[in-house]
Amino acid sequence: MKEEIIIAGFGGQGVLSMGKILAYSGVMQDMEVSWMPAYGPEMRGGTANVTVILSDERISSPILHEYDTAIILNQQSMDKFEKDVKPGGTLIYDGNGITRHPERTDINIYRVDATAEAARMHAVKTFNMIVLGGYLQVKPVVEMENVVAGLKKSLPERHHHLIPMNEKAITRGGEVIKEVSMVK
Amino acid sequence: MRELKLMKGNEAIAEAAIRAGVDGYFGYPITPQSEVMETLMAEKPWETTGMVVLQAESETASINMVYGGAGCGKRVMTSSSSPGVSLMQEGLTYLAGAELPCVVVNVVRGGPGLGTIQPAQSDYFQTVKGGGHGDYKLITLAPASVQEMADFVELSFDLAFKYRNPVMILSDGVIGQMMEKVELNEQKPRWTEDYINENYPWATTGKKANRAKNIITSVQLEASVQEEFNHKLQAKYRSVEENEVRFEEVMCDDAEYLIVAYGSSARICQKSIEIARAKGIKVGMLRPITLYPFPTEQLMKRAKQVKGMLSVEMSAGQMVEDVKLAVECSVPVEHFGRFGGSVHSPGEVVEALEQKLIGG
Repeated sequence: MKEEIIIAGFGGQGVLSMGKILAYSGVMQDMEVSWMPAYGPEMRGGTANVTVILSDERISSPILHEYDTAIILNQQSMDKFEKDVKPGGTLIYDGNGITRHPERTDINIYRVDATAEAARMHAVKTFNMIVLGGYLQVKPVVEMENVVAGLKKSLPERHHHLIPMNEKAITRGGEVIKEVSMVK
Repeated sequence: MRELKLMKGNEAIAEAAIRAGVDGYFGYPITPQSEVMETLMAEKPWETTGMVVLQAESETASINMVYGGAGCGKRVMTSSSSPGVSLMQEGLTYLAGAELPCVVVNVVRGGPGLGTIQPAQSDYFQTVKGGGHGDYKLITLAPASVQEMADFVELSFDLAFKYRNPVMILSDGVIGQMMEKVELNEQKPRWTEDYINENYPWATTGKKANRAKNIITSVQLEASVQEEFNHKLQAKYRSVEENEVRFEEVMCDDAEYLIVAYGSSARICQKSIEIARAKGIKVGMLRPITLYPFPTEQLMKRAKQVKGMLSVEMSAGQMVEDVKLAVECSVPVEHFGRFGGSVHSPGEVVEALEQKLIGG
């Protein structure tokens, strides 16, 4: 099994930490992982993206030009990464702020309206965990118990009381994700 | 049993330094390597091993603090990124001239000048050809994973003290910023004064009545003395070249083309090889692990087998010169690389291979 993922959105949306939790979940599942941020002078409101690779085998390049899955959380990232999903691959996006919806017909497209759902749950900070839950519903690459273990590893101990809330958000993400169009 | 963690390359450097029993770290923050000192400050090793961690007022100060610590036989290090390492060049040539062991980490970013904070490999010339003045060499290790970032800290100190020479860990923004699994060694104790006196009798640990003065200096105004000293240095470098060449080969046995790449480029090229092989192109890779000493002999050996070589580096073409020298132009050697902070993708490397070597 090898899953090559790009997660892209605004700085401050929790893109990097979502990637980190996913990578840690992979470690908990005894997989090889890499987490490569497009680090830069960008700050809150700028763009942020991270490449996460989960694999049963040794990982070669942490830098990729095409992805099995693109998780897209703003319009700039849609413009940049929709074309880089491998044919037959998966694109997951949050419709909030998207003015041009994905157009490709050779990939599977899902929509997870995590911004709206997080607001409804009165837990805006769990936005990225709703997205993660949506992703795991579509691509169950790691077991839920390993995700919880990954959360524990990547959150400092003083935030461990927030883990149940994050678990709830992950579950909710799995419920609200919708198919938009599938490859025939 | 080694401890398994997920961490950035920069964090691995810091953790490995503490666990190796390093005595001191002196540094000044700069992206993309600031996590080295941040991690050290967070871990507070001065409360556990007694390791000194100090934010100096500049990179120039850091490298001179390293000079002072190294002169006492202490295992000391600094880290920085390209513009900061440029500021350290005077200190590095003085360290080499005084034959002092130390470890310097360069997490390279795009230049020239203040450049960009994004990854690059354009400090190759500065590192292996000098940078400072005079006939000196830095033993240079190029890690290609977070695990190697950790492992090379202790290896670098071993080499530094074995040869009484500064060692450079030449990394870049990709390896520094990425997270991977890493196994960390168990905590080792710092060296005791007795151990230093016994094994490194040149160190200035305080003169006893029964021995001559130890003098740490790089100045010999008498030309004949300086020439003699240079002969000694050169003999040391020949010994390094004889004994310390390290490299890794990937799919070379049946290779018709050879990629030569180090550090993060070597990781990217491994994927390029997978793509190229799926297209039927027989390509392998030689990854120099030591950039000085360079794997010259092995490249010459492979030159007899392959139709051409592609040096892939995030620079306008630096290591490619050493590849050409190594193979004495017996096969075509081309360069490919994005630079100035841009990172080539595995696909771009395959295209370059097809256009520059196979098609050409």
